[in-house]
Amino acid sequence: MEPVIRVEDLVKRHAGRGLGRRAPGFTAVDSASFSIFPGGTLALVGESGSGKSSLALCLGCLEPVTAGRIWFEGRDLATLREKELHAVRPRLQLVFQDPANSLNPRWTVGEIVAEPLLVRGRTAKRERDARAAQALERVGLAAEYLERRPRELSGGQRQRVAIARALILDPKLLILDEVLSALDCSIQAQIANLLVELQRAYGLAYLFITHDLRMAAHLADEIAVMSGGKIVEQGTAEKILRDARRRETLSLLEAVPPAPDATEGARER
Amino acid sequence: MITGEKADLRQILTVRDLRVAYGQRGGGVWHALNGVSFGVGAGEIVAVLGESGSGKSTLAASLLRLLPGNGRITSGEILLDGADIVRMDAVQLRRMRGSGVSIVFQEPSLALHPTIRIGEQIGEVLRAHGTLGKRERVARVREILGKVFSGDIERIFSSYPHELSGGQQQRTLIAQAIACEPSLVVADEPTASLDPTTQREILALFQSLRDQLGIAFIFITHNPALLAGFADRVLVLYAGKVAEAGPTGAVLSSPQHPYTQALLKCLPRVDAGQAVRPKTLLPVIGGVAPSLAVLSQGCVFEPRCEERMEICQIREPAAAMLGNRHEVSCLKFPA
Amino acid sequence: MTRFLLRRLAHGAFLLLGVSVLAFLFSTLAPGNYFDDMRLNPQISAERLSVLRAQYQVDRPMAVRYTRWASAVLHGDLGFSFAYNTPVAPLLWTRARNTLLLTGTATILVWMLALPLGVWSAERLGRPADVALSWMTAALLMVPDLVLALGLLVLAARCGWLPTGGMVSMGFDGFSAAHKLRDLALHMVLPVTVLVASALPVLLRHVRSAVAETLEAPFLRAAEAHGISRRRLLYRYVLPAAAHPLIALFGFSLGTLLSGSLLVEVVMSWPGLGPFLLEAILARDLYVVIGGVLLSTLFLVAGNFAADLLLYWADPRIRAEAAGR
Repeated sequence: MEPVIRVEDLVKRHAGRGLGRRAPGFTAVDSASFSIFPGGTLALVGESGSGKSSLALCLGCLEPVTAGRIWFEGRDLATLREKELHAVRPRLQLVFQDPANSLNPRWTVGEIVAEPLLVRGRTAKRERDARAAQALERVGLAAEYLERRPRELSGGQRQRVAIARALILDPKLLILDEVLSALDCSIQAQIANLLVELQRAYGLAYLFITHDLRMAAHLADEIAVMSGGKIVEQGTAEKILRDARRRETLSLLEAVPPAPDATEGARER
Repeated sequence: MITGEKADLRQILTVRDLRVAYGQRGGGVWHALNGVSFGVGAGEIVAVLGESGSGKSTLAASLLRLLPGNGRITSGEILLDGADIVRMDAVQLRRMRGSGVSIVFQEPSLALHPTIRIGEQIGEVLRAHGTLGKRERVARVREILGKVFSGDIERIFSSYPHELSGGQQQRTLIAQAIACEPSLVVADEPTASLDPTTQREILALFQSLRDQLGIAFIFITHNPALLAGFADRVLVLYAGKVAEAGPTGAVLSSPQHPYTQALLKCLPRVDAGQAVRPKTLLPVIGGVAPSLAVLSQGCVFEPRCEERMEICQIREPAAAMLGNRHEVSCLKFPA
Repeated sequence: MTRFLLRRLAHGAFLLLGVSVLAFLFSTLAPGNYFDDMRLNPQISAERLSVLRAQYQVDRPMAVRYTRWASAVLHGDLGFSFAYNTPVAPLLWTRARNTLLLTGTATILVWMLALPLGVWSAERLGRPADVALSWMTAALLMVPDLVLALGLLVLAARCGWLPTGGMVSMGFDGFSAAHKLRDLALHMVLPVTVLVASALPVLLRHVRSAVAETLEAPFLRAAEAHGISRRRLLYRYVLPAAAHPLIALFGFSLGTLLSGSLLVEVVMSWPGLGPFLLEAILARDLYVVIGGVLLSTLFLVAGNFAADLLLYWADPRIRAEAAGR
């Protein structure tokens, strides 16, 4: 099976700033390579500063790539110009961590979810509304939410809206950048379930970026551990957890305390 | 009501039936806390576990009487070494804050003044509560920094907040909180914006400060995964009431309240180096968090409870003591 | 740091240069010149006119005239006034001094009033006292300066307590020092009042919003949680943080010291720079006009530069940004 996206030796370097007394440039992503298959999930795990968000921005074509290739639908995204990218974007969508910042507070939920349609030029308002309602339904929100504004929604509901907006153009790949981190425990579980259901129903591929190794292990087929811009360890979730070798991975693992009711869990199963 | 772990542990904080409400525009009322009671012993680490809307931040603010303009403590007592914080006047309050009870806030980058150096910001706390001269203050600030940072103290002393990392900023807040050696420090989600590794370091710091200085901590969080091996006792807060309270091990490994049980089931399991049933659906708590605009009759968790009985709609549960200093407020357990 | 300041200085110099070119350009492009008007005067003969024209080099190409003028300026010579037949610089300076007396006093007063009122207002945000003050400042804002000035003049004429215009009374030079001071002060009351009244509402609102925003800041709540006294909080935490947006305003205040009082000076016959420049423009007195414009611009640039300096000193984050960190 062909991967949905294949990244080869991706490098992202930030140039130094300031005339004269330069702030030195640094390499945010240093030669990253991986593939994601349809219906599969790759979790990119690392601490802040590890380069995972820079990688997400590069894949989402929001930042130019310094070197390397991103194969998507048979083309190298790194070389495409804006107009060509515009044609590709519907199938490669991003969802961010903080819905408070990625949802326009002045718009209604309906307008927010339908915005990608507006950008694509599908102008019939009735059709836009219908598709927005459909998208909301897919994420478990009733049609009455179309008229609400972001400030009236809870964190979990806002995240659902962000996901609905990402889904409205029927993407093949969703890049989820720390989408659960700002949510309460029980809401994290709800949204995680939603992501699993959507993946089953639509065969979506996910790049799930997080610093929570526990959630990564739960949601992903493969895990890639990032540190200092490099992918230091990569493999199936099971393998990473069992045979963690690198210091960074171990450190992240240690940060996952044993499940509070581990003993009970074992008994139940 | 739970007393300290050991029978002879001096209880420094006693909260009795605390009720706090916020006035809303248009005349409505939001009942944030509805009868919270608990105690903290000297040197104990008590975790308050609650999700959004549980009232945990209100509880933190109430303990220092720092509620926003529209919030008021409608009844109850907060006894700190015998003195009732609820009835303190402005002078007593100012003296109590920072030296009797301190607070560490959530967003460290926002809780520090942007254009005052770190050393001075900690010095201000000392200045507010003591009679140390300037030179002695500086020495004491260095001493405090030494307890909280592992190195690089001089650089941090003269740094500005924006020059520090998130973890360092949080340590600065902790330094401010312990500066006058209070008996209790309230930490309101202190690790929420930090990386996992830094989180662990901060938790270890709390423990070491408790061991070195005998300070008790109230650690407020929404993440149950942080508590094992860290907190002595846990209070589970739901809709402004204590659902369950007890030693951490007991509450986490055999939770009795349906809400606690459901909450703990929400965490994905990672056992013995392998995700148990990955990519499956996690059990979630049905329904939504209740609106606290109206005080409900009966148990407030009832609409979402999987084990609800008829009586749960009518009668409000009272705290029932189980063995092992473990208490539950659920009608399954008669008080 | 020096790099940052040098850059700002360079900007300022560039601005001055640009303004001088434009001023020169527009003044000479405007139809007519001083000597054309003189032609209409039957008392001056044609030969006299051509001598004068040659003397002032009016018929040379513009670029030449500009470069000669520019090099003169760099030597401190602002040129010659056609109308007054004396060098421009001392003329400008006397008038500028009069203006500064007025605007300087007004600026100090405005800030002295706006700061405490703004803080007081911000502490009582939304409450009756603050709302009342907001209404009053709104009312003041609505009244045009001209109306205010004329109104006060009429009042002064009716009551006779204050002089109705001018800077000094007749026989000023014969007064004793104390009497001189009193006379000057009395003459200043009306124009300064108008200036303060027109600047106060805007500044007050800015101070109020800067302080109000700081009062909401999380770091303030955190400091309060440490038991720091209200007084200390205000002086050590609130004011320094609220000062940053105000510093830019202060720089602007400084910058408009020469240019902000034209209307008042004309209406109240204050012998300041404004009316003088107006006269010069109408009379096509080229070098006076350009000299005046340049002086005003200099103040503007200096004011902004001072604000930059102050902000750089006050806010370590700006220092960090400037260093490229």
